[in-house]
Amino acid sequence: MFILKILFKNAFRHKLRTSLTVLGITIAVLAFGLLRTVVGAWYAGVEASSATRLVTRNAVSLVFFLPISYKEKIRQVPGVTEVGYSDWFGGVYKDEKNFFPNFATDAKTAIDLFPEFIIPADQKTAFLRDRKGAVVGRKTAERFGWKLGDIVTLKGTIFPGNWEFVIRGIYRGAQKSTDETQFFFHWSYLNESLKKTAPYRADKVGWFLIGVKSPDVAPDVAVTIDKMFKNSLAETITETEKAFQLSFISMTEAIVVVIRLVSFIVIVIIMAVMANTMAMTVRERTGEYAIMKTLGFGGWHISGLIFGESLVIAAIGCASGIALTFPAAKAFGDSLSQFFPVFIVARSTIYMDMAAGLIVATVAAVFPIWRAITLRIADGLRRIG
Amino acid sequence: MKTRTGPIVEVRNIYKSYRRGTQTVPVLEDITFDIQEGEFLALMGPSGSGKSTLLNLIAGIDKADSGTITVGGIEITSLSETELAGWRATNVGFIFQFYNLIPVLTAFENVELPLLLTGLSRSGRREHVDLALKAVSLSDRADHYPSQLSGGQQQRVAIARAIITDPTILVADEPTGDLDRHSAEEILDLMERLVHELGKTVIMVTHDPRAAGKAHIIKHLEKGVLNSDVHSEDTL
Repeated sequence: MFILKILFKNAFRHKLRTSLTVLGITIAVLAFGLLRTVVGAWYAGVEASSATRLVTRNAVSLVFFLPISYKEKIRQVPGVTEVGYSDWFGGVYKDEKNFFPNFATDAKTAIDLFPEFIIPADQKTAFLRDRKGAVVGRKTAERFGWKLGDIVTLKGTIFPGNWEFVIRGIYRGAQKSTDETQFFFHWSYLNESLKKTAPYRADKVGWFLIGVKSPDVAPDVAVTIDKMFKNSLAETITETEKAFQLSFISMTEAIVVVIRLVSFIVIVIIMAVMANTMAMTVRERTGEYAIMKTLGFGGWHISGLIFGESLVIAAIGCASGIALTFPAAKAFGDSLSQFFPVFIVARSTIYMDMAAGLIVATVAAVFPIWRAITLRIADGLRRIG
Repeated sequence: MKTRTGPIVEVRNIYKSYRRGTQTVPVLEDITFDIQEGEFLALMGPSGSGKSTLLNLIAGIDKADSGTITVGGIEITSLSETELAGWRATNVGFIFQFYNLIPVLTAFENVELPLLLTGLSRSGRREHVDLALKAVSLSDRADHYPSQLSGGQQQRVAIARAIITDPTILVADEPTGDLDRHSAEEILDLMERLVHELGKTVIMVTHDPRAAGKAHIIKHLEKGVLNSDVHSEDTL
């Protein structure tokens, strides 16, 4: 208790300096936490992917289509429970800045394959019955103020024209990490139109989404599907949903690396600031440490006092930074929900914040401790007065 | 009170020098003397004569180049830094010119500080601190911080801190150097009481002949060499 009292009193002896250092640590931990959360948000799709879902796409590139006729062949592969399909629609609502992901999809199987999208039964039925019906995520519906029954027009960028949809369902995510920004509608609606306007693009899909019995059979199923379409006009690549999501992220990997790097640089900078604070503190108290040594306090005692003080300052800054990370992440996530549909501060981020605080406290205390314990008492006493 | 035969401090052929750049500056040369238990000894001499260095060597906070110092039967010149720290904690009480109290601790806590190194319980520590503060007539200032005390009161707290572990010797480096005449008198009277009533051995460095006059024996250092003893009555 006595020692704890000394630590706190010492830490706040120079109130302005300590407050500024605490503020610096708070901002650094906040920045570190937010940047880590951005990286986490980047990988949210990967994290949310299911081990029992496979994706089959054109082996050349995702921009090339696959014939719808592949569906039944894939359905016959042992281990496959369900086959759905989708197209990236790329529609724009009023203005390009109003981005949200939208897909033309095989409605029935899409609903079955994505149990994490929770749609009330009556809305599900209404959606399946209405050819122009669409289901939208809660966040996107709230963002544009859409309600059930609203008619929404999207301007096609890949499929030209104005496309009219009726909101028949609004889904909620089963977990916090579920993307609630998607918009999907009947592929048949798109296909019928294409048959009239661009027949060469009709009866083709962007990718097949395949449900398998268990994660164990997924590798065999993938190999069998790809073998089945080898040497065909549209060869396939079948991979897990996770690998499929990762292939998107690999395109922007450099950005993720930079964000990660910046997050660590922030910690290194605050480490230098904190080390400077501790160095000044110990230099000012050289005489006191000499007195304590004179009274019989050894190197371990002095080290404990300096490290404890460093830890107190870092812990206060770190705790404040962590506490602020949650509201900051909420505000950040809300304002950028179109880019980061899932923006959640992960538990691992908090652990990393704490570890960063501990490392900052330790590194900042090393040099001052070394100076204090190697100080000759007679030299220290000479500095008093 | 401890009973011993022979001197409590034996200083034998002590040499000490400092390095200043490439030069070696001798500070103490062939110092030999004894201090008896319960003696009040004053070390006098001009600035730079080596008296504070000699005090530091006897107190175990500096190392001699050669020679031996034995305090209470322990040859401290052969102890390691860690052993010396432990030895100081129980055998030496320090009184400094500028009091050297920890500013963020109250008078009570400053006096309690050396007891943290002992195995005493909290209540045991409290009992000891209360007694020590009473001995220096500062019981009513226990909760005051050093900045709330006068110089004389701060030095009394420092004396309470010095005697709290019942050390073998008390070393005082210019204990009245920063005090007005009245406060200095109070401190010197208190130190005299420690010698006469508690049988403490006190070694004091001072420039002040009046302070030295309270000592039983006065030793003069001149350019690192010890001159013959003078009894305090002779100087006044």
